[in-house]
Amino acid sequence: MKTPLSRRHFLKGCASGAGLFLAFRIAPSCFECSAVQDILNGTPERFQPNIWLSVTPDDLVTIRVSKCDIGQGVYTSLPMIVADELGAAWDHVRYELAPVADEYRDPVWGEQVTAGSASISHLYEPLRKAGAAAREMLAEAAAGMFHVPRDRLVAGNSALRCVDSGLSLSYGKLCARAAKLPLPSDPPLKRRDQFTFIGKDLPRLDIVEKVNGSAVYGMDVRIPGMLHAAVDRPPVYGGRVLGCDMEAALRVPGVEKVGVIDSGLAVCAASLAAAWEGRNALRTRWSTGKYPWWDTDSAARTMQEHLDRQGVNKISRGDVEGAMKKASVRLRADYVLPYLAHCPMEPPNCTVHLTGDRCRIWASCQNQTAMMDTAVEETGLRPHQIDIHILFSGGSFGRRYEVDFVREAIQTARVCKKPVRLMWTREEDIKNDFYRPGNAARIEAGLDSRGRLLAWRHKVAAPSVYRRIATSLLSDGIDPAAVEAIHNSVYDFPAVIVDYVEVKAPPPVGFWRSVGNSHNAFTIETFMDELAGAAGRDPIDFRMDLLDREPRARRVLELVAARAGWGKKNTKGRYLGAALHLSVYSYVAKVAEVSVNRSDGTIRVHRIVCAVDCGQVVNRDIVRAQMEGGIIYGLSAALKEEVRFAAGGVVSENFNDYEPLRIHEAPDIEVIIVDSREKPTGVGEIGVPSAAPAVANAVSAACGVRIRRLPMTPDRMVRLLSRRVG
Amino acid sequence: MIRLEVNGKNCRLDVPHDMPLLWVLRESLGLTGTKYGCGTGMCGSCTVIVSGEAVRSCQVSAGDVRGKVITTIEGLDINHPVKQAWISQRVPECGYCQPGQIMQAVELLTRNPHPSDRQIDEAMGGNLCRCGTYKRIRRAIMEASGNVENMP
Repeated sequence: MKTPLSRRHFLKGCASGAGLFLAFRIAPSCFECSAVQDILNGTPERFQPNIWLSVTPDDLVTIRVSKCDIGQGVYTSLPMIVADELGAAWDHVRYELAPVADEYRDPVWGEQVTAGSASISHLYEPLRKAGAAAREMLAEAAAGMFHVPRDRLVAGNSALRCVDSGLSLSYGKLCARAAKLPLPSDPPLKRRDQFTFIGKDLPRLDIVEKVNGSAVYGMDVRIPGMLHAAVDRPPVYGGRVLGCDMEAALRVPGVEKVGVIDSGLAVCAASLAAAWEGRNALRTRWSTGKYPWWDTDSAARTMQEHLDRQGVNKISRGDVEGAMKKASVRLRADYVLPYLAHCPMEPPNCTVHLTGDRCRIWASCQNQTAMMDTAVEETGLRPHQIDIHILFSGGSFGRRYEVDFVREAIQTARVCKKPVRLMWTREEDIKNDFYRPGNAARIEAGLDSRGRLLAWRHKVAAPSVYRRIATSLLSDGIDPAAVEAIHNSVYDFPAVIVDYVEVKAPPPVGFWRSVGNSHNAFTIETFMDELAGAAGRDPIDFRMDLLDREPRARRVLELVAARAGWGKKNTKGRYLGAALHLSVYSYVAKVAEVSVNRSDGTIRVHRIVCAVDCGQVVNRDIVRAQMEGGIIYGLSAALKEEVRFAAGGVVSENFNDYEPLRIHEAPDIEVIIVDSREKPTGVGEIGVPSAAPAVANAVSAACGVRIRRLPMTPDRMVRLLSRRVG
Repeated sequence: MIRLEVNGKNCRLDVPHDMPLLWVLRESLGLTGTKYGCGTGMCGSCTVIVSGEAVRSCQVSAGDVRGKVITTIEGLDINHPVKQAWISQRVPECGYCQPGQIMQAVELLTRNPHPSDRQIDEAMGGNLCRCGTYKRIRRAIMEASGNVENMP
């Protein structure tokens, strides 16, 4: 997030179509429209009052979406916001992708990027105002045609109806006249009880193309004359080429070019099979790399050792030392959590056509600005010479925030001097990720004689995500992701110290769905249960005592407890565990219902009850889907996932040894959505963090062992259970 | 030359016999609805129906399916009960694995018009969905159950 948005984005509107072109600028907290040029020539064919929408005489409303679909439904939820204020008929609404352009930068991040679960929360007000402004212009046009005052007209169903005469005019019929009117500076917004779409369960606009196989993902792009490329990369961190047989690769039928790019050797061929065969034929010999000692165990050990080092203090409030001294009960636990891969179902890929003065790029991505910046950097061209085409993403979860594969494809296009599609295999994806960092944490807390929490001391030792991505956000060397949701915890700790120790480790790390919340929800929420146990208190009651100032958190906990049958007698060997988490301003509570097979160590998650308060809901079913999906993503990590390293590189390869959760392992999921009047907050990532601790707490309830490492594999469970018996 | 019948059309293709069917469909025939996910038969994204049987198209070669009848996601009418159930249950999130899920479900329901939860688990266990749409897949299969007849 390099450049916070200033008011420099003074826009020219869209280049296509005749009509009224207006400037439109957005700042984080406001919305301003101003007419800059009126280029009406003859009859306007479309009414395009701002950068977000247009209305054409055929009554179609086309809404532009500046965010990328990575599965989270923005091609439906964002148009719903505009269409609601506009008063459009939903079956007249189409969506189209906004181009990569300054005016479509996120109003808060200052970049055109789909990240931080922020698409709705950052665009809700601007999009409402864009829709409302267009509605008011159409209404003014209708008032003129009917010769009635504006307040005698009602907008809805893509028409303006006169309440006196009952006559109505469709938006298509009004667009020519509306295009000549000035843009209102402060259009009135609907009251909540006037919403027609916001808060409803509208089906996604992209659903049919995704069901009939016609949705085009990055992987599906084909351009005439294109070559296929495969890149040979070092199998270990810091590995260098010692030798390779380029001649052999070039002898493979179909192989046209082999060249060196930053990340390795690019083989370009007429077919994908030839590119792969050519890559094999290289028989590249690599150096042992810079970190031959690095393996899965050393990764864990290094982080754990860092817990004994002096950290940098993030927050220190109250007299923690004093409280710990006078505590009746003191508890301490160390946690170690693994590196994780994103594994979107569609591996990274990118197609590039580079000519002298033009660069065209096709990719599934969630970071258009980074794509553009990378293309400018690699080609030396200016942004207007670069066309970026965003396709559907077969998942992302943070992976496509990175554009390493875009850079590779551009460099490869330079090597082969033809249009080229670079495709990664699953093995390349798993071995060359920007991983969710591993993490170690030490928590200590003290309770008084009545079992009340006195103090909380929390130290995190982990690699920094921000050191590479946005060093400027490392304040005093503290990685914001590593301490998120601890220093600003939803709980009211009477006294608290939070420290961070940066761990320098070979694997590159990046944003993985919910980022630091994925670690910190686990450690805080499982330790909460340990404390409740030590205090002899019910885990939910124990939490409630620390939530006096958080009624929304209390509410989600109450809802899941009631729905899940919390406190009732356990039946059929099933046990419950609860967890709460606040992230991206949204509140989520979960209760997991679990059974444990003590002989083989398998954990079966039967059911997850989840309550979410994400403020004003835009599309209820999309919220539900995101919670369901986030829970599965979180459970997958909790039960199965761990990137394995050896000899300085990644040894995990494919779904045989990095296997996400499958349908027979997936629990029934119930999602309760709080009917909230608060402003909308994030949804895309919040399903993840509390899933693992809810399950771990249920496992502890079932068999008395505490889970301090993930994943909870059968092997690990058997070891834990035998230690307890022994 | 290899002759295949794909979605009711006869195709004669000049491709190597050992070329995986997945790449024949995607690269030679332009049927990109069938997806690559792992190349090792572990994710099910590339599932198509060959002579009535759901197969991982990355694991069979063009030579293996010579002369056989192949149905891909594109060959299934949008009004097919499984596609309709996928729409009405709003299954897709990113949508990438769904063609494979749908083809696997078609085979299941053709073989067993009223599968139990356990039978759904067994049939669908090889199809990964990283977005976690499993609950909706199960519901869609239940909705389509009993409505699938005379499948290819």
